[in-house]
Amino acid sequence: MLQTLIPLFVDALANAALIFFVAVGLTLVFSVLRILNVAHGSLYSIGAYVAASVGLWIVAAGLPAWLTFPALVLSAAFTALLFGPVIERTLIRWTYGKSEAVQVLVTFGLFLILEDLQRMVFGVQSIYADTPMALLGISEIGGIVYLNYQLALIGLAVAVLIGLRLFIRRSRTGKLLAAVVADREVSQAMGIDTNKMFMIAFTLGVLLAALGGAMATPTTGVAPGLGADTMVLAFAVAAIGGLGQVEGAAVASVIVAVAKVLAIYYAPALDAVAPYLVMLAVLLVRPYGLFGAGATRRI
Amino acid sequence: MRALPLILAAGLALLALAPLAAPYLQFVLTVAVAKGFAALGVALLLRAGLISLGHAMFFAVGAYAAAFLAQAVGINDFLLLLPFAVAVSALAGLLVGAFLVRYRAIFFAMLNLAVSMVAYALASKLYSITGGTDGLRIDVPTLMGMSLEKAQFDQALYYISLVLLAVVGWLVHRYLKSPLGQALAAVHTNEVRLEYLGVSAWSTLLAAYTISAALAGIGGAIAAVAIGHVLPEYAFWTESGHLVLTAVLGGIAGIAGPFVGSIFLELIHTVAVGYAAEAWNLIVGVALLAVIFFLPRGLFGLIESAAGVKDHRGETEL
Repeated sequence: MLQTLIPLFVDALANAALIFFVAVGLTLVFSVLRILNVAHGSLYSIGAYVAASVGLWIVAAGLPAWLTFPALVLSAAFTALLFGPVIERTLIRWTYGKSEAVQVLVTFGLFLILEDLQRMVFGVQSIYADTPMALLGISEIGGIVYLNYQLALIGLAVAVLIGLRLFIRRSRTGKLLAAVVADREVSQAMGIDTNKMFMIAFTLGVLLAALGGAMATPTTGVAPGLGADTMVLAFAVAAIGGLGQVEGAAVASVIVAVAKVLAIYYAPALDAVAPYLVMLAVLLVRPYGLFGAGATRRI
Repeated sequence: MRALPLILAAGLALLALAPLAAPYLQFVLTVAVAKGFAALGVALLLRAGLISLGHAMFFAVGAYAAAFLAQAVGINDFLLLLPFAVAVSALAGLLVGAFLVRYRAIFFAMLNLAVSMVAYALASKLYSITGGTDGLRIDVPTLMGMSLEKAQFDQALYYISLVLLAVVGWLVHRYLKSPLGQALAAVHTNEVRLEYLGVSAWSTLLAAYTISAALAGIGGAIAAVAIGHVLPEYAFWTESGHLVLTAVLGGIAGIAGPFVGSIFLELIHTVAVGYAAEAWNLIVGVALLAVIFFLPRGLFGLIESAAGVKDHRGETEL
């Protein structure tokens, strides 16, 4: 049984890595801006479309194939810089201090707009650009074959997790962000430019979503509807970990991915339900997620 | 203020006459009224400041309940399907609500989303019961034992929906004016004060949640027999988002708002399909943002202003 489960778990961890990128972006934006961005999944799929298009273009233009690796990261950065500041400056900034209902609706409106824009720009056909995965090849450990790309994904996720931690704890900008999270008014009174912090945090969130999308393209390809599917999964993971918790998102994405693998192994009919069942179970016991501190209800 | 009931009556009469002028509108309007019921349910919760991103689930529960009774059990009379669907979705609302109305704000929204996605995933996976992603088909039901042609039944269904709209709308109106309904708005304004007054926020919200689920169930049952086919997509989270959107677009102030929003959207949809089918979500998204930015009381707020209704003491804006 272990022989069959180990490859499944590697697969699960690679999936967890992809979910982690999106969920941590969502959670980061929520912790700083206090806004749940319903359009976050669309930014994931836009990142995926851009990366896939650039990847295909590199191959078609006859450029060296290794260029597809930096292209993945650069596509994500491009998407983040193109969308992050603009969206935060206009739509998101308008909703600060408004009720959650308004915030959810405004980002839902943005979600609808972005979904159609993707269809117009990239069409409705699925796009596959698996050059990076083919380049990395496979490796055989203990008689089991692994995709090197999946192992690389897991490594990258760990690197991003550590990088984010260091960024928030050590860098000046990171510390300012943490101050804004801890107390918005006091940090404003201390002279921190909160508007700038919001924009940085939102753009960073978009970058993480787009990175997740870009990294996913070599393994799965992109098709319409990806954004909506990713969105709920990212919600589930961010909520399980506790909204606003970076490490929580990491742990939760592993939990969700493992739950999915166990479901596939023991009860195949339940594999799509597994993430949401875990979410329900966790939230009913701990409404603020596994790692969330959360204020108690007012009464 | 007096002009309002007249405007509502005129609107209903217009709806009743519309298919005579343009027969193809009948189906569009039936579906619009069905979705309007679900949007009304969402609007009730919005009055309490609670946003549900999972209410399409109860719409789907109503639709599946009707389909199940008709196909699996074999009782296929609309006047039995409808109460059964409403009862099942109200029961589902009571059960789910008992857990969820403890939560507020974003947690309420997300838990609803989670429950609805469980329902969606189960509906698409449990092939033997729900027909999986193929869904369930409903044959044209009988009406009080009379078997009708498809066209006749659709016509009857439309006018039954309109009668339901008037009757249920009036009942919900009475509910909102009752102490239980007034307490609902008070949850939004000041929940602590409400509890100090000795009113349980939990039971107030549970009542509202159950009613809203039942309303969505009415819509689901109507849509199921009108379309003749039930799919898991009815419960997908974007559908829930559309219900919230419909409610806000129309306005959550009164009973009419969500229906105005729903009819408006379906009519625009019918027109837009011809010109810009691939830009439909884009149009709706922009319209939603425009309404939130410029018309916080929704489209119905416009009608109300025209009728001279000025102030709702802030309880009807988001």
